[in-house]
Order: sequence, then structure tokens, then C-alpha cells
Amino acid sequence: MSHDRTDDRTGALGRRDVLGLFGGATALTLLAPGEAPAQPIRSSARIVILGAGAAGTALANRLSERLDGAQITIVDPRVRHYYQPGFTLIGAGLKPANYSVSATSDWLPRGIAWIEEGAAEIDATAKTVTTTGGQSLDYDYLVVATGLKLDFDAIEGFSMDLVGTNGIGAVYAGPEQAAASWAEMDRFTSEGGQALFYRPATGMKCAGAPLKYTLLTDDTARRKGTRDNVRITYAAHSGSLFGVPIVNEKVRMVFERQEIDVVHNHVLRAIDPGAKTATFDTPEGQETYDFDFTNVIPPMRAPDVVRFNSDLSWQDGPLAADGWAEVDKHTLRHGRYPEVFAVGDIAGVPKGKTAASVKWQVPVVEDQIVSLIAGTEPTERYDGYTSCPLITRVGRAMLIEFDYNNNLVPSFPGVIAPLEELWISWLMKEVALKATYNAMLRGKA
Amino acid sequence: MQELTFETMFAVFQEMFGAGLFWAMVIAALVVTMAYLYVLIRDRAVSWRKFLWAQLSMPVGAVVAVIFVQRITHSQFRDLGGPIDWLVLLGVAALGAVGAAILVYTVESLIWRRSHDEVS
Repeated sequence: MSHDRTDDRTGALGRRDVLGLFGGATALTLLAPGEAPAQPIRSSARIVILGAGAAGTALANRLSERLDGAQITIVDPRVRHYYQPGFTLIGAGLKPANYSVSATSDWLPRGIAWIEEGAAEIDATAKTVTTTGGQSLDYDYLVVATGLKLDFDAIEGFSMDLVGTNGIGAVYAGPEQAAASWAEMDRFTSEGGQALFYRPATGMKCAGAPLKYTLLTDDTARRKGTRDNVRITYAAHSGSLFGVPIVNEKVRMVFERQEIDVVHNHVLRAIDPGAKTATFDTPEGQETYDFDFTNVIPPMRAPDVVRFNSDLSWQDGPLAADGWAEVDKHTLRHGRYPEVFAVGDIAGVPKGKTAASVKWQVPVVEDQIVSLIAGTEPTERYDGYTSCPLITRVGRAMLIEFDYNNNLVPSFPGVIAPLEELWISWLMKEVALKATYNAMLRGKA
Repeated sequence: MQELTFETMFAVFQEMFGAGLFWAMVIAALVVTMAYLYVLIRDRAVSWRKFLWAQLSMPVGAVVAVIFVQRITHSQFRDLGGPIDWLVLLGVAALGAVGAAILVYTVESLIWRRSHDEVS
């Protein structure tokens, strides 16, 4: 495939070029100046991308546009692509499970190789990846975009078949589990009782999601007129509800207004589905709480291939224990293996485990790799941009955007206030985000 | 969000209504606009009598547009939280009003004979 494409470009205009010209011409008339596509750079580099999620797919599309002749191989056994920002909407009964599901193959560019296997081992010294099927792949550049591992096994008493029974939900686990969580939340908000929410103490994707789901449960009960029969407790893993202080203070106010009880320094250890209790580790020892509905969120860690079968994890510091990839927080380039990059959830950086972060990280890694190939100086930098449309009820959200320094970095300053609960922020989450995400996957946004 | 381009907006609207409804609405809007231009050129003047009816249809168009947007987005009036929300709502209402006016004017012009208008 890649050979055909290279031949196309050496001669007269190939079919893709002509199509590209029309597409480009249309785009040029509509886009701001400076959007003109750069001339592809000729290269025979072997680039291996581990993972065909949001980050891996978006990067594969962008690199295949920028490089001509490079051998790009993407390694991922998953044939279903998940639009994970949709899980909260599925879990709130607003969208069906298939809202978040598409085919991995729908998004991958032509001219690259997709190996439908997992990565089993990475030898960064020999520059080789071994797949779960035993294939050995040599690379010149490696992009680790494996995502993270939801470590449900770390919660004693939990198993995936419990989701949708005994008041147990697990919105993070997948679209079907999110739909099953909604069935339980719907039943619970009709019957009443104790709802129990929390988050893990590890790094996690979309740290706003546990808060949103708490508020959506509150909203569902209020809409049904059953809020008086429902008690909601949020057990924060630390002394705060959200890592960014100014946002934390706002969330504290919203929780107080919505009559959500908060306890601090509680980390989930075990659940007992029969007794409907959850046990937490706290500074005062273990504490057990009753629940009639709960959203189980497990610790999140680097996948085993990175954590145990590679030398890519941080050796020390706060990101070492869970095996996150050791990369510079601005360039996303590995600290010890300069031909290795990490992008998306697996990147061992202090913030940025959201799809919006991926949108900002991918151009940085693209710039790094293309610059290395072209022998130029990379210019793009990632400053920790993370975005979270924090839903406070169906119909309203806060469009929270921040960086490594905990500064708010609003996209629409003076127009959309980040700490205000607005309808327009809800509209963005509900209707605009998936389209933007899809455009990102194709390398267009 | 890094940039808000026409391409992104286009994708956003397609996603918002679904591809089928989106293209149906685009085609309907184009057909009505073409028909409107056609009657303006044919009649070579704006008929103020018809325009009165068109104006009367504007509030209806505004209300229908707002309800349509609210239904697709699981929203209600109580969700309006700040000035920007009111501006978005007014924008939706204004689009609905103008759309209804053009539609009514065009339909009237196509159905009523030009001579009928001249007699009255």
C-alpha cells in the first residue's frame, strides 16, 4: 500500500493529490491564513504507533499526511473504537450505548499497516516491539499511545458481571457498562436510598467525570421529585474535590448547594455486592459505607506492556509507582530513549488525560518526529492543556480548561466564563464535542 | 479548543442533527432561498401585503426554532445561565423568525397570482 502511494507522488498528480487539491482549495477559501498544508517530507523511516485510540489514530492520520514514504505501523487488537467522552451521557440515559462505538478501521488512514494484535514487549535498546502474536517489529521512531489500564482487579469483591446489578455501576468500563449503570441509576433514583461516589487516588482520565456523574444522579432524582428520598455522598481521595484549586472551590460550592455530603481522604478498597457496602482506606483506618447505588471507578495505571515489559516507565518520582511513560512534559519525548514518544493517557505528565489534551498533544509529537526526520528544530510545546466540560445538571455545564500551572486557559475569554454554569457549555458537550473529536481523529482539528 | 474553522463547524452541525436531517435541512434552506429569489426577480418588487403575512409568521418561526433546538439538546428555558446563553437563544429565535418570514413570503408568492396582488 505504502509503495503505491509513494509511486503516485513521484510522477504526475495522482488521484489522491487531485482530490487533495480540491479539498485543499475548498479549505483554503474557508480557513484562516496559515492553514495551507505543508509539502510532505520524503522519508523511509519506520514509525510504530502502539494503540489506535484517540491519540494513536489522530497521530497516524497527521503523520501520513506529513510524511511521504514512511512505513507507519499501528498496533492494536481492538476493532471497536470508543468515543469515551460519551460514556457520561450514556450513563445518564441521554444517549444509547452505540453512541460511543465505531470501527477502528473507519478512522485509520490508507497506506499504513494495522496489526490487530497487542504489544507484548518493548525493547527500547534494540528498538523492537514484540506483539502478542509473536511478531517482531523494528522501529526508528516509537510512539506509545496505549492508553491506560482500568485496574478493576484492584477492587476486592468487584467483578465486571456485577455491573448493572445490586446497585453497582461502572461508567468508565465501557459503553455497555455505562448503559447498565444508567439502568441502575434510573432504578435507584426512583426508589431512593444512599448513593456513594468517589475517585481513585492514582492519576486518572477525566478527573471531572466522577463529579459529573454525582451531579447527574442528583439532577435525575430532582427531576423525578425523589431527591428527598435520596442521600448522596462523595468520598474524595484527598483533601480536595478537584486538582485545580480555583475549580475545586467552585465544585465545593456546587456540591454544598446540591446537598451532596463530602468526606475526604477516602480511597476505595473493596465492595461487598451482597451486603451493598464499600470499604475505604482512610488515614484513620478502614471505613465501611452502605450504598444503594455506586459508580465503581478503579485505580488507573500504565498497561502491563509499559509498566512491566519495557524500560519506558518513570524510575522514580510520583509517576513511577503506576508505570507511566517517562517523557518530558512539554515535548512528550522520552527522557532516556530519544526516539520514543508517549501521547495520550499513557504519557507520564502531571495533567492531560482527556481527549481535549490529546488534541493538543498530538501536534507536538507530530512536530517532534517530522522535525527529527527533516533535520529542523521543533517548535510546538505542550503546556498541559486539559479540558473538562463539567456537567452540573442536564442542560448546564462549566467549560473548564486549565494547564500545568493550574491556570484557567479559557478558549473563549470574555464570552464563555469557565466557572459559570452555562447552557452554551452544555450545548458544546452534548452536540459539538463528538464532531470535534471525530475531526481530530482524522487529523483535521 | 484550538481553532474554530468552517470545516469544524460544518462537522459539528452534521453531528448535531444527524447526516440525514442535516442535509435535508440544507436542501430545504437552499430550495426556499432559490424560490424566494425567483419570486423577487419575477415580481420585480416586494409585495407589502404578502410581507405583512410574512412578518406575522416571524414569532411562530422564532418559537418553533427555539423548541426544536431545546428538544435535540435535552434543554429547557431554566437552563439559561448567563448573558451568552440569552444571546445564543435570541440568535436561534432570530434565525427561526427570518427563516419563517422568507418561507411564508415565498409560498404566498408562488401560490398567489401576481395579478391577484396587483388588483388588491
